[in-house]
Amino acid sequence: MIPEIGHFSLILTLFVALAQGGFALAGAANGNARWIAFARPAARVQFLLIIISFASLAWAFVAKDFSVAYVAQNSHSQLPLFYRIAAVWGGHEGSLLLWMLMQTGWAYAVSVFSRQLPDAMVARVLGVLGLVAAGFLLFVLLTSNPFERLVPPPMEGLDLNPLLQDVGLIFHPPLLYMGYVGFSVVFAFAIAALLAGQLDATWARWSRPWGTAAWLFLTLGIALGSWWAYYELGWGGWWFWDPVENSSFIPWLVGTALIHSLAVTEKRGSFKSWTVLLAISTFSLSLLGAFLVRSGVLTSVHAFATDPRRGVFILLLFTVVVGSSLFLYALRAPKVGLGGRFDLVSRESLLLVNNVLMAVAAGSIILGTLYPLFIDALGLGKLSVGPPYFNAVFVPLMVPALLLMALGPIANWKSAKVGAMLKRLYVPAAVALGVGIATPIALGRWSPMVALGIALATWIATAVVIGIIERMRATRSGLLAQPRSWLGMHVAHLGIAVFVAGVALVMGYETEQDIRMAPGDTVTAGGYDLKFLGVRKTPGPNYVADMGDIEMSRDGKILRLLHPEKRTYTSSAMPMTEVAIDANGLRHVYVALGEPLADGAWSIRVYYKPFVDWIWGGCILMALGGLLAISDRRYRLKKRERRASSKLAEATS
Amino acid sequence: MASVKNRHKRIALIVGGVAALGVATALVLNAFQSNLVFFFTPTQVSAGEAPKERSFRIGGMVETGSVQRQSDGLTVKFTVTDTAKTVPVTYTGILPDLFREGKGVVAQGRLEPGGLFRAEEVLAKHDENYMPPEAQHALDQAAKNAPPTRP
Repeated sequence: MIPEIGHFSLILTLFVALAQGGFALAGAANGNARWIAFARPAARVQFLLIIISFASLAWAFVAKDFSVAYVAQNSHSQLPLFYRIAAVWGGHEGSLLLWMLMQTGWAYAVSVFSRQLPDAMVARVLGVLGLVAAGFLLFVLLTSNPFERLVPPPMEGLDLNPLLQDVGLIFHPPLLYMGYVGFSVVFAFAIAALLAGQLDATWARWSRPWGTAAWLFLTLGIALGSWWAYYELGWGGWWFWDPVENSSFIPWLVGTALIHSLAVTEKRGSFKSWTVLLAISTFSLSLLGAFLVRSGVLTSVHAFATDPRRGVFILLLFTVVVGSSLFLYALRAPKVGLGGRFDLVSRESLLLVNNVLMAVAAGSIILGTLYPLFIDALGLGKLSVGPPYFNAVFVPLMVPALLLMALGPIANWKSAKVGAMLKRLYVPAAVALGVGIATPIALGRWSPMVALGIALATWIATAVVIGIIERMRATRSGLLAQPRSWLGMHVAHLGIAVFVAGVALVMGYETEQDIRMAPGDTVTAGGYDLKFLGVRKTPGPNYVADMGDIEMSRDGKILRLLHPEKRTYTSSAMPMTEVAIDANGLRHVYVALGEPLADGAWSIRVYYKPFVDWIWGGCILMALGGLLAISDRRYRLKKRERRASSKLAEATS
Repeated sequence: MASVKNRHKRIALIVGGVAALGVATALVLNAFQSNLVFFFTPTQVSAGEAPKERSFRIGGMVETGSVQRQSDGLTVKFTVTDTAKTVPVTYTGILPDLFREGKGVVAQGRLEPGGLFRAEEVLAKHDENYMPPEAQHALDQAAKNAPPTRP
């Protein structure tokens, strides 16, 4: 009964979404106040209905209702409770329901945090979001219904893929979807502005916090996915340039360009058409990412769907969204004014270069990701594009972007003096050169790539620190008294520096050994001695594990025991590697069991990964910067002013 | 005067943009060509269609009974088949969890003069019932080219 309530509630949402899209957009076009007023409550009802639907599916998982086909495919009676709940989004149908929860959740947030906006604008934004939601709901209901029943119901479920039975599943998809779907809000703002013919600084100020919010979730989602792949797949890689990773990274790059372009539009009124185009692109590329990942055209853990109708439907949805928004853009963009003029050397120009670099990087990754699919679709053979391609293209494009990161924040809007800027860059340049050369020498082995990476990271970090100190001195106020969005920018840039340093050091100094170890054997990694003591059988809740005991010591002093596991899940007999990692923020000692060999020996992976935590630490700093930026007072100031003025109006009337 | 300055600015911007695009295109195409990894079925490899100097991918099934572990414990030899032809493969390192005899596999590496495929990477699957599309493609191709069996 409860799954049917969930299904019914999903169908109801579709009608509410369609009505919201129709009434709100028509009302805004005709100035019909009652239709406009329909937008906010409709958005809230949709969120409530999807919560009911989502809770119904979660209940089916918790109650082990295997008569629901989706539950039977992705759960098992022995599956622990928190994985049964996370398994709601462990498969295709449920992950779409999660997508819908996020989609309607963002629309709900717009309906709540938009009091300072004109009602007609809110109606347009929510109307566009309603239509997007309707498109996805049609997709869910027609091709991927999570509430379908099985007759007769099976006694036992097929279990969740053991690769997904991990804490990563609980956080990675929700964060990533928050990011993907969040860009639909900026997209809706752009479309609403095009519809209203009101592309101005106000529109940019409204869009900006939403764009930054989506970007920070996407950053966290990608970082978490990278961390998950690093320890769960047992290969110790944090990025593979896998098409699935690329399809989340492409919207990130374009989204990064978008939040910088929005800054120019808000502050100076320039780049308006370009910003709109980026807003449309970012969301479209999020949809493209969803298509690539969900349609099954890619080989990966994410490709659950084998039903070709699903791929066709998402492609159709993608085409409708891109086609209609670009058509609208073509109609309206010529009327958009040029905005503030600026000199060749100005913050605008530097941000333009940032945008070009980000867009070109995104374009080259799209090429490398889609080319094999085109060739395959045309029947010209099967091929893949290797990671060296992406490194060879991406690194040279990012070096100038990183160099310019120290310049952008100190350049004046409209027109900047080259001489004055150079004077402020002497110190960062000297520090970067010194630290860049000293680090590889201090670490014992010269490497030009490490020197370059560390120099770039130091260059950015020094510029950030000097920028903050100078401003604190000039304004005679403390760190926390500075504007939050300005602080946020610097924290995010510092995150990039930390990230780059982590990448350079781990790439330069990691060691990877696959070796055969008999009990009693010792191997050295990064100055640590690892002694293999043996493997014993250990039962788990729904698996049996071969658990290894590896003694980690340094200079004869025993530090700790590491316990890598090789699990065999009882329901599927599928083997899984669980790695053991000793982390201290500066390095990982990473061990994983391979296969049992003769005489109690095992093949074992022993990796030493210096500074690998900095990669994810940098991403967390970037997201923190985004959080600081959206908490800036100026986004809330309008609200308070408006509330004060409306109180005044009430008082006078 | 101002308009001349503006025109100069615009020209500089356009030239800069075109130059950046040109450099990026050159980078991309250069890296692209040298990093395309083509896929060949065991039948194609047997027919000598696969490149000799370049790394490429093969796919198919791990032939049942063909997996042999060498004495160092880390080198494994096995045969990849598309049911028509087979390719001997050697790999040193730890195999993915789901590497099994009789299951699909995709490997990337180089062909040695003697016809042995030295794999640098054996690609993992993510699910025990999942068949890599490349491996499936190899089997389909072989089935299509097979002479019709007598009823």
